[in-house]
Amino acid sequence: MLTALLVMTGIALLLGAGLGFASIKFKVEGDPLVDKIDAILPQTQCGQCGFPGCRPYANAIAGGEAEINQCPPGGEEGIRKLADLLGREFKPLSEEHGVEKPKSVAVIDEATCIGCTLCIQACPVDAIVGAAKQMHTIIAADCTGCELCLAPCPVDCIVMEPIAETVDTWKWRYPVFQIKQAA
Amino acid sequence: MLRKLFKFHGGVKPQTNKERSTTAPIAPVPLPDKLVIPLHQSVGGPPRPLVQRGDQVFKGQRIGAADGNLSSAVHASTSGIVRDVLPAVMPHTSGLTTLSVVIEPDGEDRWGELDRINVRAATPDELRDYLRDAGVVGLGGAVFPSHLKLKPGKEGSLDTLVINGAECEPFITCDDMLMRERATDMLKGISAMRHMLQARDVLIGIEDNKPEALAAVQAAITASGEKGIEAIAIPTRYPAGGAKQLIRVLTGIEVPHGRRSTDFGVQCFNVGTAYSIHEALEHGRPLVSRLVTVAGNVNAPRNYEVLIGTPMDHVVRLAGARPDTDRYIMGGPMMGVRMPAFDVPVVKATNCILVGSPALFPPPPPEMPCIRCGECAKACPADLAPFEMYWFSRARNFGKTQEYHLFDCIECGCCSFVCPSHIPLVDYFRFSKSEIWAREREKEAADTARERFEFKNLRQEREKQEKAEKLAAKAAATREKVAGETATPAAATAAKPSGDDAKRALIEAAMEKARQQKAQAAPKNVDVTSPDVQAEMAAIDARRRAAEHPTEAPPPPPAGQA
Repeated sequence: MLTALLVMTGIALLLGAGLGFASIKFKVEGDPLVDKIDAILPQTQCGQCGFPGCRPYANAIAGGEAEINQCPPGGEEGIRKLADLLGREFKPLSEEHGVEKPKSVAVIDEATCIGCTLCIQACPVDAIVGAAKQMHTIIAADCTGCELCLAPCPVDCIVMEPIAETVDTWKWRYPVFQIKQAA
Repeated sequence: MLRKLFKFHGGVKPQTNKERSTTAPIAPVPLPDKLVIPLHQSVGGPPRPLVQRGDQVFKGQRIGAADGNLSSAVHASTSGIVRDVLPAVMPHTSGLTTLSVVIEPDGEDRWGELDRINVRAATPDELRDYLRDAGVVGLGGAVFPSHLKLKPGKEGSLDTLVINGAECEPFITCDDMLMRERATDMLKGISAMRHMLQARDVLIGIEDNKPEALAAVQAAITASGEKGIEAIAIPTRYPAGGAKQLIRVLTGIEVPHGRRSTDFGVQCFNVGTAYSIHEALEHGRPLVSRLVTVAGNVNAPRNYEVLIGTPMDHVVRLAGARPDTDRYIMGGPMMGVRMPAFDVPVVKATNCILVGSPALFPPPPPEMPCIRCGECAKACPADLAPFEMYWFSRARNFGKTQEYHLFDCIECGCCSFVCPSHIPLVDYFRFSKSEIWAREREKEAADTARERFEFKNLRQEREKQEKAEKLAAKAAATREKVAGETATPAAATAAKPSGDDAKRALIEAAMEKARQQKAQAAPKNVDVTSPDVQAEMAAIDARRRAAEHPTEAPPPPPAGQA
């Protein structure tokens, strides 16, 4: 009886030590799920989901505090990918968070700009160049089209322009199905 | 000596339709009213325009400079005046525009000062830069800048230089006619390439349905007396003219997924490219024209030497287009793409203008379900499983299509050709490829945005911290100064001021400073005021003093008011 108890205690201690060692040695920093969700989100950092950026939204989804259908720039495809990843049901984009729009970039009307720097402070990706009382301009390549610079502009000199298709970004269309005519 | 040839997997044997366009020699094309030369003609970045409206240009003058190394220059095809530099419809299925130079020919077709190079004295790097600025690109259809391919592998030399004269696509005969009529010059170009690549052997592969071309090339080789060059007849089977397929047939080397032929000591060039390299190195002439086959729904199919930028309908008119023509296809019936308009310009990639009509190319029968017969896999020269890729492309499951090596597909069209259900398989693969590229671009943009967003947050944090530190340092400095001031006279007294005293001293010091500043503050711009204004100011000052010290006597009436 005593031997059995000792053996059991010994095994328990051994396994406990093993688990304790593993939990220190193979510790995972942060939540890997958040990274996976963040990789799906479009990184516009527009805040339309109600969170200050894509990463906080990813955190909220992983924590079960937010729905997966709150990201308008990600669109339907983004929701489908999130649903796939999280094993949740697909839902159409929630209307209160906005609608899916074609990808655009902000353009500053340089004649109207008064150089107030408010848009520079609003830009989440530092894609606006300018200084106080100097004209501002947008680095189109880095603009995510989040529209966050529109509201702070006191003279309404920023407009969103949809990105035109070029030969390099042109896509072959999905082949049209030929449907046989009924006799 | 009989050389052992190898077989590539799959392939088909469509009707070649090459006989009619080879009956007449290559013909020149009269100058059109205007030439529209797109600046972006080759793989790589779009060249920068070097001319503007109203400029006079010579034939062969550079009008677009290569943008970086992965790009190729563009030249004026004839002498004349630049009418405009504007976006124009380009020969691309999409019908989109690209920046183009519109030249009105002056009719003289005058060459300008040509940039010459001494081939034997120049280093390989100089030759490559020279070819880049001469705008020499692969004329087989892929328009890859040739100077990038003219680099020997890591060993500094190449085993085999493969020259592609197979021309497997139906209807097209421009390489055939080039070899028949210009074999000697082409061979000189091949020698130059061989020199640059340090290639041991040169194999010229020509399909056995072109006996005249083969004979001409063999005669030219014998005449030149150069050793190690061989023209070889290969069995006619589409797509024997694909680079990987031709390398397989001639050398037996199968280039695996994700590797390049140079890793195996082989490089492949088109015969037209060899000829234009000769033109550039020997005569200093950049690539301003190319051979174009006009075939299909025309009375007299023929090959023409066409200036780059000539409108397609101008060339087709010479061959006599029939009235029921409804489309132009650039390339052949297997791989060609439909043009958005009849007047799009001929570019460096235009090896053939295939004139179509509803009778010649009837609309495809309706697409039927895939029955997984496997015919496409049997026909695929790239050893792929098209029916699987089709299935996943259709379901937009792009990750899976890539697992089946979608990007090894050369879009030759063999699978669509043999499909008993008439499924446009290549259309599905092109769709998938462009979707995957779009997603990759999006992902890249998202990664940059994430990085920039995180950096901005970091920067804001840092700035906040720096500001706090600066303030703290300043406060500490002031405290020290005040402490020093109060401590010096009281140095003899024993007690150091306590915390409260120090704070009070700080406040006192600040108030004293403010008082001094206020006392020093004097109104500005009062030196040159008129007496009236000075009087008004005195009155205002007096009123203010009265308001501040109501006990004093009321001020005297202002001097100016009577």
